[in-house]
Amino acid sequence: MTVHAPAPIAFGDQERARIRADFPILGRTVRHGHPLIYLDSGATSQKPYAVIDAERDWYERLNAAPHRGAHALSEEGTEAYEAARATVARFIGARPSEIVFTKNATESINLAAYAFSNSAAGGGGRDDRFRLGPGDEIVVTEMEHHANLIPWQELSKRTGATLKWFSVDDDGRLDLSAIDDVITERTKVVAFVHASNVLGTINPVEVIVARAREVGAIVVLDACQSVPHLPVDVTDLGVDLLAFSGHKMLGPMGVGVLWGKPEILEQMPVFLTGGSMIETVSMDGATYAPVPQKFEAGVPNAAQAVGLAAACDYLSNLGMDKVSAHEHALTGILLDGLRERPWTRLIGPDSLENRGGAVSFVVDGVHAHDVGQILDDHGVAVRVGHHCAWPLHRRFRAAATTRASLAPYNTPEEIGAFFAALDTVPGVFGIEV
Amino acid sequence: MDLYQELIIDHSKRPIRMGLREPFDAEVHHVNPTCGDEITLRVDRDGETLTDISYDSLGCSISVASASMLAELLTGEDLDTARHTYAAIRSMLTSKGEDPGDEDVIGDAIALAGVAKYPARVKCALLSWMALAEALAKTGVNLSEESHD
Repeated sequence: MTVHAPAPIAFGDQERARIRADFPILGRTVRHGHPLIYLDSGATSQKPYAVIDAERDWYERLNAAPHRGAHALSEEGTEAYEAARATVARFIGARPSEIVFTKNATESINLAAYAFSNSAAGGGGRDDRFRLGPGDEIVVTEMEHHANLIPWQELSKRTGATLKWFSVDDDGRLDLSAIDDVITERTKVVAFVHASNVLGTINPVEVIVARAREVGAIVVLDACQSVPHLPVDVTDLGVDLLAFSGHKMLGPMGVGVLWGKPEILEQMPVFLTGGSMIETVSMDGATYAPVPQKFEAGVPNAAQAVGLAAACDYLSNLGMDKVSAHEHALTGILLDGLRERPWTRLIGPDSLENRGGAVSFVVDGVHAHDVGQILDDHGVAVRVGHHCAWPLHRRFRAAATTRASLAPYNTPEEIGAFFAALDTVPGVFGIEV
Repeated sequence: MDLYQELIIDHSKRPIRMGLREPFDAEVHHVNPTCGDEITLRVDRDGETLTDISYDSLGCSISVASASMLAELLTGEDLDTARHTYAAIRSMLTSKGEDPGDEDVIGDAIALAGVAKYPARVKCALLSWMALAEALAKTGVNLSEESHD
């Protein structure tokens, strides 16, 4: 058990009230008039007026197909869409041309995986780094979300490459003791999660990147649970490709990002093909637009991209350092509370060190679905199940877990209400505590 | 809350006829992919009679209790009773609360009536019943068929 000093709550009372007033949904009640206590932001976050208004404004004022036509709306729409790209780029320390808008992080990772297999199939790309075949290896981890596991399983099937993985120790940290045997000269891709959506673990990116560099492997980072919660700078991380979703960071559903190093994106074969992504087309073939357009086939999700930019601005105004500190303090309250309840078992690190705000646990003798149902009856929304990380749950011998996850709008009072509701669970199911 | 009737808690803590037994005519394995709940269910049939229903269930109180109630209700019963009960359970669970259920037909499973108001949990309650339907289908019996008497 790690003992830690309680961290101060970064957003004071007044600031918390102001933040909460920005999120209209937090004002509603659920199930017999309970105020909504939303602790499921790891699944999807709620949206502030700024985001809702930005999306509405697109449709009310700007709606036209970006990068098509020469009329006024198309020009203004294109400008707004590209300005959104610049805002999102700035948010993660990147240049606009390194930002590819996708549907979500799942699509971003699939884009990369299919680009690799298109290379193996002889489609585009002169770069050997993308070409996988029998004898090559893809490395993932046991804590991956299905979105960063199955695309690589499928890539290995399509190319004959071997899939390997780092296992997870009992504390929920990656076992990197045999890193030189897992990542080898045969490794072409290393794909792993920055912050686990189940365990909360923040992985040591620099250690894995350093080893991947030694063997020339391309590093893909799933940053879905880090970009919304921590200051993330892509140049500091040193990875090659990075994926995240808009809807988990106060932005709209339906927009995600694949960031890539310029030389990687330039060399990487295309995935979705069609309109907008071309340079010239004849009946025999086509040449492609420069990055990022070559990865954005079809009319883009411009309204959502503009909404995501508004979310980035909103978070930047709060300050990502403060967002991170606030959620860190709340995570401490969650961990303390679980520790005080020996009838719960935490799945993940019981320490605030390198830890995000996803806190998963089991109640001995009560299935997570039943725990979630009781919490829901008190207006507390949490996630129950395997959180799209089934292999990780098998590793911890848990069919399902209950997960509380945080966002800037959560408060210590809400964590208190969560525990008050949780304390009714043993009684309902006749568990001795 | 009204969802967790005493009967559901009792059945989930002490499931009736739990465990996989021999002999059996068909075995199926069903999974609820949203939560990872699993059931392995075996059925042994002698002509029109369900001589044994055995199961191994890993899941929430609703899914385990429902399997327990199923085994209690239908073991030793004939196929017409099974069809009648299956139809009544399905009707109640998918009615969003419109069909309160008939205790004379579905016995303890009447306690599952509250589940119908929680769409996310209906699948939990139906898991074992869907497994039974598939197991019987493997033996050439359609549980959804109208009875002919």
